Amino acid sequence: MRLSSCLRLGAAALAWIGGALVVARATPAAGVTTGMTLIPTGTYAPLVRSQDETAEVAVPSFWLDAVPVTNAEFLAFVQANPKWRRSAVSPLFADRGYLGDWAGDLELGPLAPPAAPVVRVSWFAARAYAQSMGKRLPTTAEWERAAAAGFAGPAGSTEPGFQSALLAWVTRPTPQPLPNVGSGRPNFFGVRDLHGLVWEWVADFNTAMVTGESRGDTGLERNLFCGAGAAGLRDPSDFPAFMRIGFRSSLRASYAVPNLGFRCARSP
Amino acid sequence: MKTPPRLLRSAVLLLLATTSGLPGLTAGEAPVLARPGARPLAANLPVETAVLTEAPAVPPPITRRTPAKVIVNLEVREVVKRLADGVEYTFWTYGGNVPGSCIRVREGDFVEFHLNNHPTSKMPHNIDLHAVTGPGGGAASSFTAPGHTSQFSFTALNPGTYVYHCATAPVPMHIGNGMYGLIIVDPKDGLPPVDREYYVMQGEIYTAGRYGEPGLQNFDPMKAEDERPSYVVLNGSVGALVGDRALQANVGETVRIFFGVGGPNLTSSFHVIGEIFDRVYPEGGSVASQHNVQTTMVPSGGSAVVEFKVEVPGTFILVDHSLSRAFNKGALGMLKVTGPENMLTYSGKEVDAVYIGQASEAGSAASKREAELIARREQAIAANPQIGTITQEIQQERGKKVFLTSCFACHMANGEGLPGVFPPIAGSDFLKADKDRAIKAVIKGLSGPITVNGKPYNNMMPPLEFTDDQVADVLTYVMNEWGNRFGSVSTADVKRVRAENK
Repeated sequence: MRLSSCLRLGAAALAWIGGALVVARATPAAGVTTGMTLIPTGTYAPLVRSQDETAEVAVPSFWLDAVPVTNAEFLAFVQANPKWRRSAVSPLFADRGYLGDWAGDLELGPLAPPAAPVVRVSWFAARAYAQSMGKRLPTTAEWERAAAAGFAGPAGSTEPGFQSALLAWVTRPTPQPLPNVGSGRPNFFGVRDLHGLVWEWVADFNTAMVTGESRGDTGLERNLFCGAGAAGLRDPSDFPAFMRIGFRSSLRASYAVPNLGFRCARSP
Repeated sequence: MKTPPRLLRSAVLLLLATTSGLPGLTAGEAPVLARPGARPLAANLPVETAVLTEAPAVPPPITRRTPAKVIVNLEVREVVKRLADGVEYTFWTYGGNVPGSCIRVREGDFVEFHLNNHPTSKMPHNIDLHAVTGPGGGAASSFTAPGHTSQFSFTALNPGTYVYHCATAPVPMHIGNGMYGLIIVDPKDGLPPVDREYYVMQGEIYTAGRYGEPGLQNFDPMKAEDERPSYVVLNGSVGALVGDRALQANVGETVRIFFGVGGPNLTSSFHVIGEIFDRVYPEGGSVASQHNVQTTMVPSGGSAVVEFKVEVPGTFILVDHSLSRAFNKGALGMLKVTGPENMLTYSGKEVDAVYIGQASEAGSAASKREAELIARREQAIAANPQIGTITQEIQQERGKKVFLTSCFACHMANGEGLPGVFPPIAGSDFLKADKDRAIKAVIKGLSGPITVNGKPYNNMMPPLEFTDDQVADVLTYVMNEWGNRFGSVSTADVKRVRAENK
């Protein structure tokens, strides 16, 4: 299943530029997957599911950015798309924290190194960026499918120390400025920084607590609080998965959050 | 891509929203107003901002006899703080400290609650106040991403002392990291006046390292699942209520303690050594239905209010009477009472029923050998005083940390122990007489009758799970502190004594 040629392509796109590891990504063009890694068809086991859902959801193969989108890349995007600049963006599509680490509309400054992941971007802005690149945001199922991989195989939870490293990251204050993208070890699929750098937007972030349940999103959401949250779970001890669900469901699409970035995906 | 329905709903609400009267928001920014309905009902009430206090302080009693609209601004911060000497932990806090800021309102008050999640937070958080009547206790309405703020309102229908806590999944971790506090709802006519009020909460912490293991510690989910905490603490850290930070009172005063348990798992057998609770409001309810109580059971996610008059001066120890937690995991604090002695009350308790004769070990062959060895060692040190002094200084400094983590609870920070209960080590003839015996006491424990400085003691010292280095360091510290000049203990000494006492 593992496509080594694609992995090599992903690896070749990583280069040391100006002392920082950055990823060269192509300008928008149909079918270009530079800097992306093909995640083979597989499955995703949701932490929360309704009774009529199966334990595992099939995830068709897809391309995923090998690293999150950087400040430099997002700067190029707002240069080309003035309506997404900090001073011009509609408050409907980004709250006042939008690009708040940047020194100015078109200036990154000391808190936003060029090769560090862009954060404080709203879901709308992340989606617009992806569309401008001919890509899209990954779905929860896709993101979780890629992020479940360890370093040696497709199931990180079976690797010693994997879960505890995720928890340790969650319980450390966010460093400022953030480290550069690509500083994490590539996982089994060759993707970096899915854990341990920033949280990441997914296309369907606000369905995190419903997963197809049709009887009312808010009711299910409320049931996830306190002890009631543990009912009907795949694995109540999977704390990192809980936290990702908790984080996503705290969001609204206009929120620009200090440790929340994104990466793009595309279908083959 | 299909736009999820919630986005549409948000957009509509955004268009409807106004920006007036909401803190933390600037003009031109539209907050998401989910339910604008409740506010008009409280429009005629006087408005005040709640006084929030850091434990052990309690906000002043509410003297109003009519309801008000009370605005509460509570900030969530994730901060690295001291857990014990040499040990740090990333606490998730309401207001920057554990337990969270104490909130006080009056029965019937209309509370407008603002939960502000600091931008540096890694996690979203919310708050479930047990004083709230409504789904989730406010949790669903206060779920807040980092760098955002949420608002909800409630009427404090029921008087009592209520726990609040974070209810974001995984809840045991959020509470285990320190996200709990108390909200006091004074009854309409107020609580009976007392001289002192204090705020104390118990909670347990599940660190990957064992108790006292130095450095920044990680949360251990398996220990949490198994309910095996490394620490059980009062007011957030080991020693938060000892020494200069002890609770204070004067002889003759009546003390009220609002005692809560955040958990996330353990209940508390709350007890104050040497005191009897004159009145207890069991489980934090509004009626002082119990009188003359020694130990009150406080559930996780629950509270109790205790009141007692302090009759005699001295140091009174607050413990979870599940005592391994007090002796081995940090669950103790102190109440220092000053004022004139009341010999009539105190002397009745002073007499120890057991009398033990002198347990003479001085002059034994072992102590003679030891004296020879010490003399030889001191000669060697004298030959190279710089090295000898530096080594011992380092040992003493390390030993002090061990002492302040595990030994001070009984022997006290000043080494003087508690008269009649825990023997002194400052100026102790017992310690001075036999170094090996001291080493053995630390590694194997010591129980039964002993005599220290002419006074009998009959108590139990538990064996302490220290490394050989820690044993040598702590003994070298106590043998050279408070004016003691009893020599030093090396790691080799400890290894030898351990081997002799297999």
